[in-house]
Amino acid sequence: MPDDYKAPLPQPTPDSKPFWEAARRHELRIQRCRACSTAFFYPRNVCPECLSGDLDWFTASGRGRLHTFSIVYRGLKVTPLPTPYVLAVVELEEGPRLMTNLVGIQADPEQVRCEMPVVVEWADVTSEVTLPRFRPA
Amino acid sequence: MARERLHAQRGRIAIVGAAESDEVGKLPDKSALMLHAEAARNALADAGLSVKDVDAVLSTGRQTANDVPEYLGIRPRYLDNTQMGGCSFIAHLQHALGVIEAGVAEVVLITHGESGASRVGMGGGDRFAPDTPPGQYEMPYGIGGPATRYALAATRHMHEFGTTREQIAEVAVATRKWASLNPRAMMRDPITVADVLASKPIAWPMNLLDCCLVTDGGGALVVTSAARAKDLRSKPVFVLGTGEATCHSIISQMPRFHAWDAAILAGERAWEMSGARPADVDLAMLYDAFTIVPILALEALGFCKPGEGGSFVADGRTAPGGALPINTNGGGLSYTHTGMYGMFLLVEAVRQLRGQCGARQVPGAKTAVCHGTGGILSASATAVLSTEV
Repeated sequence: MPDDYKAPLPQPTPDSKPFWEAARRHELRIQRCRACSTAFFYPRNVCPECLSGDLDWFTASGRGRLHTFSIVYRGLKVTPLPTPYVLAVVELEEGPRLMTNLVGIQADPEQVRCEMPVVVEWADVTSEVTLPRFRPA
Repeated sequence: MARERLHAQRGRIAIVGAAESDEVGKLPDKSALMLHAEAARNALADAGLSVKDVDAVLSTGRQTANDVPEYLGIRPRYLDNTQMGGCSFIAHLQHALGVIEAGVAEVVLITHGESGASRVGMGGGDRFAPDTPPGQYEMPYGIGGPATRYALAATRHMHEFGTTREQIAEVAVATRKWASLNPRAMMRDPITVADVLASKPIAWPMNLLDCCLVTDGGGALVVTSAARAKDLRSKPVFVLGTGEATCHSIISQMPRFHAWDAAILAGERAWEMSGARPADVDLAMLYDAFTIVPILALEALGFCKPGEGGSFVADGRTAPGGALPINTNGGGLSYTHTGMYGMFLLVEAVRQLRGQCGARQVPGAKTAVCHGTGGILSASATAVLSTEV
């Protein structure tokens, strides 16, 4: 377990705790509204589609597509990965999108493509925090 | 709101004072509040009004709504600290319309001051703290400065429409041509598309010359009813239409990365209130935090069809002498960019409509549209301004 990890870490709130706790178990848990069936991310106590509070947690497949990306060369003092790295927005096959990093591929705009199929890969960055990253499927 | 009622707001208020701080650029000897004050004093002088005439103060920054009135010695009847990012001041214009029309206040002062580069008197506060949505869902993945965030929209626009980096770079080239005509602009040497593509990569597909400047400065507006404006010494610039909207806050929640929904909503409302169309404007002041942003705005505001923004800006169409002058002060890319740059869009539009722009004057300019981004394409605000009602 790397204890020298210095990049920003999330501080869970009551709405997001189930997500971050599941991440530590390497499960991608997200929410679905029982009233309107919309699956959504990030975690909330109301559905962003219909404001219902009748919500379910479920485990997403971890599969999706790269919706958009940037290749970060500079700008941060502390980075989660060595520069350059791929900052990504992944669209899960259940619908919601989340920000993440794309790993397992050269951080090169000639290699990385929108709509590439991707799959989750868990990064235990500290003893307390696990981050979902994605790699080409 | 019924269309008639919206349209009835057209031209009801006017900008009667518009000014910037004495200088813009790197100003380590001035705090953010000093820049607010300098700009406010200059705008009131421009309007020929006294600080005692002001009965509403709209401003934003790191402060509360009380801070600018206290610093200026004003006891306003209406305070507004709406903070939606760089376009806030354009939204304040819409708020001023509501306030003046409702009779809450008559003379509205809108101020901006920001020590964006020197960071003097800016206070603390972390909008991206680890327990906020950006702190939890974006910062851990190494989202860097705004370039990284705006890059996500640029990448998807390129994917959806085949927009090229060369087309996007044209925005920087045309804007620099305008800056070369503005003695106050920070960057005035001509650049080429090749220069933009060869500049330091920041966050693909944004290079250094795709990014705005980071500067210090301020600006202010004095706004009153169209009726009162007629009695004042300055040439009034009437507010024909306004709109504001937000569709997300953090960039990963943007509904469509290739199309700017907040801008579509704000723009539709402003056009509808004004009765004007894109073809009616003589110049457009489109917030250019990054080169991709005016391209997205041109599509959202209906200057071209979705996906055609890249080809629209090619061949110098937006440069001096082009069919649609854009960002005639030299923009955030080459003139100045304090952080919340939206105020400078409005001040430049007023100067153009008054015919005060010297070498960069758009001949016979009567109508302008100002459009800003707030946050990361999160919010938008639009204003259609004209010398005639």
